[in-house]
Amino acid sequence: MELSAVEIARRVNAGENSAREVTDAVLAQIDVVDDRLGAYLTRLHDLARVSAGRVDARIRAGEHLPLAGVPVAVKDNMCLAGTRTTCGSKMLEGWVAPYTATAVARLLDAGAVPVGKANMDEFAMGSSCENSALGQTRNPYDLERVPGGSSGGSAAAVAAYEAAIGMGSDTGGSIREPAAFCNLVGFKPTYGRVSRYGLIAFASSLDQIGPLARSVEDAALAYDVMAGKDPMDSTSVDRPVEPAATALRSDLRGVRVGIVKEFGTQGLGPEIDSLYRRAYLDLEKLGATLVDVELPTADYGLATYYLIAPAECSSNLARFDGVRYGLRVDGEDVGRMYERTRAEGFGPEVKRRILIGTYALSSGYYDAYYVKAQKARTMFGADFKRAFERCDLIASPAASSPAFAFHAKSDPYSMYMMDYYTIPMSLAGLPALSVPCGYVLPEGSSRPMPMGLQLAAPLFGEAQLLAAANAYECATQHARQQRPEGAL
Amino acid sequence: MTQYEAVIGIECHVELKTKSKMFCACPNRFGGEPNAHVCPVCLALPGALPVANEEAILQVIRAGLAFGAEIPVFSKFDRKNYFYPDMPKDYQISQYDMPLAQGGVVRYWLEDGTTKQCRLTRIHLEEDTGKSTHAGSGDGRIAHSSYSLVDFNRAGVPLMECVSEPDIRSAEEAVGFLEALKRTFVQIGVSDVKMEEGSLRCDANVSIRPVGSKDLGTKAEIKNMNSFRSVYRAIESEIARQIAVVAAGGRVVQETRGWDELAGTTHSMRSKEEAHDYRYFPDPDLVPIEVDRTAVERLRSLMAELPIARFERYRGTYGFGVAQATQLVDTPQLAEYFDSCVSAGAGGQQAVNFVLGDLSRLANETQTPVWESSVAPRDLAELIGLVESKTINSKIAKDLLLRMWNGGGSPKALVEHEGLAQTSDPGAVERFVDEVLAAHPKVIADYKAGKTNVMGFLVGQVMKQSRGKANPALAGELLAQKLG
Repeated sequence: MELSAVEIARRVNAGENSAREVTDAVLAQIDVVDDRLGAYLTRLHDLARVSAGRVDARIRAGEHLPLAGVPVAVKDNMCLAGTRTTCGSKMLEGWVAPYTATAVARLLDAGAVPVGKANMDEFAMGSSCENSALGQTRNPYDLERVPGGSSGGSAAAVAAYEAAIGMGSDTGGSIREPAAFCNLVGFKPTYGRVSRYGLIAFASSLDQIGPLARSVEDAALAYDVMAGKDPMDSTSVDRPVEPAATALRSDLRGVRVGIVKEFGTQGLGPEIDSLYRRAYLDLEKLGATLVDVELPTADYGLATYYLIAPAECSSNLARFDGVRYGLRVDGEDVGRMYERTRAEGFGPEVKRRILIGTYALSSGYYDAYYVKAQKARTMFGADFKRAFERCDLIASPAASSPAFAFHAKSDPYSMYMMDYYTIPMSLAGLPALSVPCGYVLPEGSSRPMPMGLQLAAPLFGEAQLLAAANAYECATQHARQQRPEGAL
Repeated sequence: MTQYEAVIGIECHVELKTKSKMFCACPNRFGGEPNAHVCPVCLALPGALPVANEEAILQVIRAGLAFGAEIPVFSKFDRKNYFYPDMPKDYQISQYDMPLAQGGVVRYWLEDGTTKQCRLTRIHLEEDTGKSTHAGSGDGRIAHSSYSLVDFNRAGVPLMECVSEPDIRSAEEAVGFLEALKRTFVQIGVSDVKMEEGSLRCDANVSIRPVGSKDLGTKAEIKNMNSFRSVYRAIESEIARQIAVVAAGGRVVQETRGWDELAGTTHSMRSKEEAHDYRYFPDPDLVPIEVDRTAVERLRSLMAELPIARFERYRGTYGFGVAQATQLVDTPQLAEYFDSCVSAGAGGQQAVNFVLGDLSRLANETQTPVWESSVAPRDLAELIGLVESKTINSKIAKDLLLRMWNGGGSPKALVEHEGLAQTSDPGAVERFVDEVLAAHPKVIADYKAGKTNVMGFLVGQVMKQSRGKANPALAGELLAQKLG
């Protein structure tokens, strides 16, 4: 089932195919490839068929559904009533969500069919899916390589045609980096655009749901459906959503694209450097004006992020205590029950971040760490604001390398560095996406691996951002030049 | 010997009377089957998010306004992090450095009528926890229990925390202060303040210092006080303990002490060193609160007369005793009823006698509050007017009141319709007097023999004969003349 989401919805709405036919084809694809790929932690064959049946009934009743029959991979940190929702953690291995996340519900109401719950780094902490406690996901372009993370399962599923749309969540790059690694469009909307209700929190002030897709057009279609104020999420923004799918462009005339001085690509090696130089030139060829902009705080991104996100996670993950749900390991008293449950339930990266965050919030350290990080965060917003006085969009790499081999980033810091280009936008809450921009041949490998171009826009500039990405994608067609042979 | 004075500050938690819980749509209702009023939000299921209850925010603002507190333009919610099994998120959403109300003064009175005041530090909004029941130990205590059950019905109920400055000097003042909080919160409708249902819980910070000293001594925080009476006893006991410690050459240590109701003493629970580090930080799930100035001014202007003002008015304008004034003020509806009677023309003392006397008795007997009875304040004022003008006597008034209670209506109409008006016409009363004298020759003889105390009996007979209508004073005069 290699049809685009747009084409599937068109056909199902027109009665050319039933949602059930589409679903069966996707489920068959999952059965063929997913044992090797491991994109899904839970396959939802029964639920998918029932949902498809319901979509078909609605179409027969005369409804038009924007996502009619579109198969969707749901990252396993989003609640879907009646399905296992694990966050890739032993802590929630057997937990069945009794309610559905708002963003998921909106897609399903629009006719999408959930086909599986996708693997992820435990509690969305990681950039390779290797931190999942429940399974390994492989990159469809090279099975020896990671799919990226934390939304790696959703990315692998969409890349290997096991879904047309992947739902991801992005805290510091968790949609954009796996999209870059898997030759996809991965879009993180402005913080607050999509409801977080039902998204199991990692870092509340940074988490944002968005789509992964094989084209900008598909991503825009899904975004239009999931965006908008939700009374269940106080941080969701009450501001009209400019439809993006109908505003896509084919040129960049009049668009000023900022190239961040501090994001120079020379250090990434000649091959990658020339790939991004070509990408910027392609933007120029489409009519864009390139301007140099500065982001003086760029080098403080990781430090800022790795205080704020762990601080919030140390508190957000406190609820996994064995009292009400999830794993419980008994102890002689409640204190020891907490200790054993959390010692067994959480993996090393999650524990590391809980420790960092607990420390950063502790009395005597709070001002030096948490407060200072919040001040730095404000500076990111100010820096971007200044930059956007001179440009309409900012272009940069989405990641500093293509997908790496399993276990290649064994020390946490080198893994954290994967998000160097994506974290500043997260700290500022900006909408940003990754769009395929070509391939490089990793050392010692014969398989060309995809790379992603990151484009970012001012707050709430989603429609302009997607419009520009569409122009670049249509003109370059990078994604079509290689197939995910590893999986197929 | 050194004389010591106590320095006391109070922290109390008051459950707000809102329709729904603080951060979700579950009903805010006491009791119910365990875990009947719960949802993903108040159970802290993965992915659930809080949404602040606007009604609760407005109630705290009103509570602040009632005590003249400042309502800052910006306020926010913070997370107070600690693990506890009946706290679902393992953090409590509270307010750390930007409470909804800052400052303010609580004016209150003591049993002897003196008024005092205590400054407030702040009032902030937070959420309540669930309740644990410990099983398998026989006595419900955690010590030897084999397991615990948790009921989350109360988890997420809005809780207002009021913190006072250390302006209180005795156990009696502490209770007076708490009573003032209670009657104010009840009157402005933000809470039922039922200590037995746990909707008011309080801690006291107690220290002592030599009389005349301006320094603050080391304080102990007293917990587990479940009634105003236990607040009184606990503070008395703690003051005595601290004085004994110092008198014996010791030092009071900063600690948390629990009140033991049965033993009548406080005991150490944990020292300062064992205090939690709550790691407060702003809750990223909730947006900061920007308090609309016009809304605050509107709430301020809608604030009715508060208990202390009412108390002083009743004392000053009508000269009521402390008990009488307190009794009225403590039931705001009754006070409003009384005020309406006075507005309708009744005299204060006469009205209070009826309201706290006959009407309250009828209310008790029939289990119907006075203000919900069929006796409208206007009718009571009319009844009082009839007595004042001597149109009816007090006995008829009592009978009428009962009929008004049972059926309602204007007492004037009843008097006219049934001819109950008191007869002060000398001719008419004289007829009844003559009839009575004719019927009781023996009593007349007794009277003439010097037993003048039979006069009461004779007046009673005249009243009976006239079916209560004769003016008893006139009857007495006429009897005296005739027997003269």
